[in-house]
This record gives sequence, structure tokens and C-alpha cells, in this order.
Amino acid sequence: MDQPLIQFIVIPLVKIVVILAVLLLIVAYLTFAERKILAYMQVRLGPNRVGPKGWLQPIADAFKLLVKEDLVPAKAEKFVFMLAPGLIIIPALLVWSVIPFAPDTTLFGLLKQPIPPYLTDINIGLLFLLGVSGVGVYGVILGGWSSNNKFSLMGGLRSAAQMVSYEVPMGFAVVSVILMAGSLSLVRIVQAQQEAHLWFFVPGILALAIYFCCGVAETNRNPFDLPEAESELVAGFHTEYSGMKFALFFLAEYANMLVIGSVVALLFFGGWLRPFPSWGWLGFLDIIPPFFWFAGKVAVVIFIYMWFRGTFPRYRFDQLMHIGWKWLLPLSLANVVIVALGVLLLKG
Amino acid sequence: MAGPLEPLFDVEEMELSFGPQHPATHGVLRVQLRLDGEKIMDAKPIIGYLHRGTEKLFERESFNQCIPHTDRLDYIAAPTNNEGFVLAAEKLLGITVPPRASYIRMILAELGRISSHVLWLATHAIDLGAITPFFYTFRERERILDLFEEYCGARLTLNAMRVGGLPYDLPDGWVERCSELIDSLPKYFDEYETLLTENRIWKKRTIGIGVISAEEAIDYGLTGPPLRGSGVRWDIRKVFPYDRYDEVEFEIPIGENGDTYDRYLVRMEEMRQSVRIIRQCLDRLPDGPVMAKVPKVLRAQEGIVYASVEAPKGELGYMFVTTAKSTQPYRCHIRPPSFINLQALPAMVEGHLVADLVAVIGTLDIVLGEIDR
Repeated sequence: MDQPLIQFIVIPLVKIVVILAVLLLIVAYLTFAERKILAYMQVRLGPNRVGPKGWLQPIADAFKLLVKEDLVPAKAEKFVFMLAPGLIIIPALLVWSVIPFAPDTTLFGLLKQPIPPYLTDINIGLLFLLGVSGVGVYGVILGGWSSNNKFSLMGGLRSAAQMVSYEVPMGFAVVSVILMAGSLSLVRIVQAQQEAHLWFFVPGILALAIYFCCGVAETNRNPFDLPEAESELVAGFHTEYSGMKFALFFLAEYANMLVIGSVVALLFFGGWLRPFPSWGWLGFLDIIPPFFWFAGKVAVVIFIYMWFRGTFPRYRFDQLMHIGWKWLLPLSLANVVIVALGVLLLKG
Repeated sequence: MAGPLEPLFDVEEMELSFGPQHPATHGVLRVQLRLDGEKIMDAKPIIGYLHRGTEKLFERESFNQCIPHTDRLDYIAAPTNNEGFVLAAEKLLGITVPPRASYIRMILAELGRISSHVLWLATHAIDLGAITPFFYTFRERERILDLFEEYCGARLTLNAMRVGGLPYDLPDGWVERCSELIDSLPKYFDEYETLLTENRIWKKRTIGIGVISAEEAIDYGLTGPPLRGSGVRWDIRKVFPYDRYDEVEFEIPIGENGDTYDRYLVRMEEMRQSVRIIRQCLDRLPDGPVMAKVPKVLRAQEGIVYASVEAPKGELGYMFVTTAKSTQPYRCHIRPPSFINLQALPAMVEGHLVADLVAVIGTLDIVLGEIDR
């Protein structure tokens, strides 16, 4: 085989398959992790029947959803109803093409040349990520509208307002990191943190707080889980969905949580870098491969997500909007100005 | 500018049928909503999905046979239902209950109150999105139900009282186990309060929601925590003491603003007061029989009686109309607190958002078994 074929077709294809398979497996086990963690927070045991200590539960769940009857309400807008789950899952998986979860590697010496384990590093990675994940809101709105159910419609409307308004402060929070790193490439941002001998959460603590708040709202998680507020809107925009279509909404939610966790790790906590990358005497920590540093940081963020769910009640819709527009947006703007000034003075 | 603003586009109101099958209506309540966006213009509770004709059934059965039906009114707190019924029947028949039976009735009723209030807290919190209190409260509720089971064999529909006293005395060791439980309860109440009382989101969701003033509350005939939350110190246990409530010390907590948060605080404090009552009852539990001497067949005089108890949800009253020498009431009427408290729902939610509707339904603590009876 000639070189370009391998380089441009075979290797990316292998990477895509591996990333997707691992991602879906992780997402499936995230549901399990959430159920177990919540269970221990709530003095109960959680799933423990399927397989040893319940470890096969996600597999059983996936199988159950696959064989379930796929209902389409008689009065639903059928084409859009079918389209919506796709619209939400595709962006959730697509963003993984630009997330660098580890630096170039030789796979423990298997390869002669180190290659990047992630799919691609484009120079507008962060913009791509924000743009693509923004498409996900269409799935929610269209799913809510096409179900022809008033509860779904209200769920869809809520999430339209919520996701659109929280994307604004989220964008500004990200801008401050871009200013510090001087690049939109996610790999460059991590390298910039290595060169600066400083993780960006120290200067960007406010940006981190804003980003994480918005991230929770973007992924419709407690305490901002209004679009699917069970007690008010039954199940919100996916009330009418069942079987595998419901599973896609579910998978997308968890995949999006992983994305938010990864972005927090990459932008603010040095991605795959070990703590204090410039301190030589901590070199023994390098024995842990970079990917595990990254995974650990993401895991902490995800744990906080679940912790929220176990602790907080839910905000009301108008209160949520209030927080988004009257608190987070001005704060994020002020933060951009401060960070810009700092960058100008220090690097100037 | 003068006059109201003209809307720039057509505004259409949406009708939404909230229930009867809905996770937050606490049973088969249906609320017909007229919505402007998410704002509630009008709410109309529609009931009757659980009607079983309990009052009519009472006309055909002897007094003691009626008691199992009362379990199924407010099925969350059966002891107070039994208590109200037997008190009315005893008033009608002129029976005096032995002191030991009275004290055990009070213990059971207060345990029932705690189990009802923790269930209220669980569902109210889960309606507002806090899922963890649900599991915490069920842990305690299980232990209370275990005590009920030990006493009378049933956990939910107790059928634990008879006209003239109680069917059984307490089993051996019950008093110790009960006292162990109530000693541990305040610690658990603190746990719930840690999660909710000072939680910013909880306060935002409950303060100023479903406000009802003291005058309005009285006009609507509200009783129980919805009335006391508005600052009216009215509790049947104090104003018309029954059983031996005049012999124990307890306080009636009241709120100030009549909003959902105040009603929450009132109920939390009521649980603590119930623990106090049970503690006193256990300490001074007298010896003696648990059943008065009553004839095998209960025959009533001609007359009308009304007796009420402070059920966890409010004033639960039973009224009998009887003819001479009848073995069953000619007519029975039940005054269920939930039914009357539910009347205030439209006034309490008007102008609020849909999300507040579930908060108000939760704070009224209705149970449909009693509304539809």
C-alpha cells in the first residue's frame, strides 16, 4: 500500500472506529456510574443484579432499548420526529474529532514515528467545538415540536431559550482562555499551559466558574434541567420518544457531559499534563500515561455533575434566565476585559 | 404613553390538561390550566377519578366494620383516620376509653403524622427537583411502618382502632423499640434540613410562592399546615383536645408569610413536636385494659354527632346522623382536609408559572384518596 492511502484513509478510519467504540462504551458506563454514585449518596445500593455487582447493567439497558417497540405518535410530524434524535447525537459525537485527549504517542514503542492519538488538530478547534455542539439544540427543539405534545413543546421551547442564552456567556468565558493561549487550537492551548508553567484555571478562575455553570445548563443537567423537568413536564422534549430514539437522546446527554468535562480539563486544567509540569522533582508522576491524567480530570468534572444532581433542587425557568442574562453575561464580559488587560500588560 | 400596550402579535392562550396521569399531581388529580406562555391564567382542579363511595358504604355496615374503609381515605396516615372515626362513634354511643388505649392511640397517631410529613417532604422535594431527600425520608418511614406492622400486622391500612379502645395491647418490647426510633428521629430531621432549609435554590423556589393570607385561608376553610403557615394558631389538638392531648405538652408552630417556605418550616417543626408528644406518651404510658366494656352489638341513639381530629393534612371530621337503635349510621359525612385545602389551589397559583403549580400542589399536601373518598 502506498503511503498516502495509509496516512489519509486507513489511520483516520481506525482512529474513528476506536474513538467511537470507546466513547460509546464510556458513555454507557457513565450511566452506570451515575446510578451507583447517586445510590451511595442516597443510602441505597443502585443496580446490583445484572452481572457481578451489576457491572453488566448498561449492556442490559442498551439491549432492552434496542428490542423495545419504537413508537411514533399518530399525530407526530413523522420525518422531523425521526430526524431529531439524529440531530442531537451527531454533534455530540462529531465534536470528539477535535478533542485531543493525549499528546503524540508511539503506543509504547509500537510505532516508529509518534502519531497523534486524537483524530485531528485543526487551528480553529475550539470554534469548531462550540459551533458543532450548538447544532444540538435543533434536535431538542425539533424533537419537542414534532412530538405534537404540549409538554414536549414546552420542554423544547424552554431548552431553546436556555441553550441559546447560556451559549453567550459560555463563548465569552472561552474567549478569555483564547486570549491567554493566543490560539484556537486545543492542542496549542494545552501546550501554552505547559509553556506558561501554569494551568489556566489560576488566572481564569472566573472564566472556569462561568464556563462550568453554562456547561451544566447546556447539557440540561440539574440544577438547570428544566427542559426535561420530570415533575412539571413529564419528561420534557423527549416525552414521546421510546426505544432506541430515546436512547440516542440519553447517549447525547452523557456524551455532551463528557465534552464539557473534556473542555474544562483542556482549557483550565492543562489537559493531559501532570500537575505542576515544570517541577522536575515531580517527574515520577510521569509514569502515569498522559491519557490517564486527562481522563482523571474529566472524571472529577463528571463527578461534580453527579454531585450537583444529588444535592440541588431545580431552578425555575425565569430564575434561570435571570442568572444567565443578569449575572453570567455581565460577569463574563467583565472577565474578558480584565483578562485582555492582563494579557496586554504582561505579554505587551 | 397612555393606555395598556398593544401586543405586537397575536397572543393565543394554551389549554393544558395537567394530569390525571402526571408524575407531580400526587395521584389522579387533574388540573385544567389556561396558560399564557408558561404563566398560569386560570387553574381548575378536576377531581373524582378515585371516587369509591365510602360515605355510602358506611350506611350499610356496622360501626366497627366501617373502620377499614377509613384507612383508605388518607392512606398515608391511617391512624388519624381511624382515630377520628372511633372518636365520633364513641361520642355517639357515650363510651369512655381507658387511659392506656388513649395514650397508645396518640402514639400511633403521632407516628402516623411523622410518616405522613416525611412522605410529604419527599414528594415535595422531588417535585422541585431535589431527589435525595426522597430516599432519606423513606429510610425513616420504613422504620415507622415496621413499628405499625409489629403492632397490628399491617403497614399502610392499619385498621388499628376499635370503637371503645384498641383491638390489641402493645407487643413486648414495642415501647423500647419505639423510643429508640423517636430518639434517633430528630437527628434525621436535621439531615433533611441541611439539604433544604438554607439551600438558595430551595428558598428561591418556595419563598413568595403560593402565598395565602390569614383571612383568605380562614375564608377558604383551610386547616392544618396551610392555615398555620399563614400565621393562624389553630390546631384541633389544642383547641378541642381529644384523647389525652390536654395532658401532654407541645407547641403549635406557625408561619408568618403564608408561603410555601413557611409551610415547609411549619411541617418540619410539627414533626419535632410529634416526637415530643410520643416521648411524653411513652414515658407515662399507664397500665390497664385497652378496651372499654362495650356491648357486642353497638346500637346508637337517635342524634347527630360531629367529631374531628387534627390529621396531618388538617382537620379531619366525621359526622353521623343516626336513628334510634340503629346499628349503622343513617348518613355519614366525612370532612376531609385535603378536599377543602385543594379549593385554595386556583387562588394560590394564579399568575405563577407552571413550575410553581407543582410546588403549590406539593405544599398543600393533598391525598386523592381523601378528596374523592
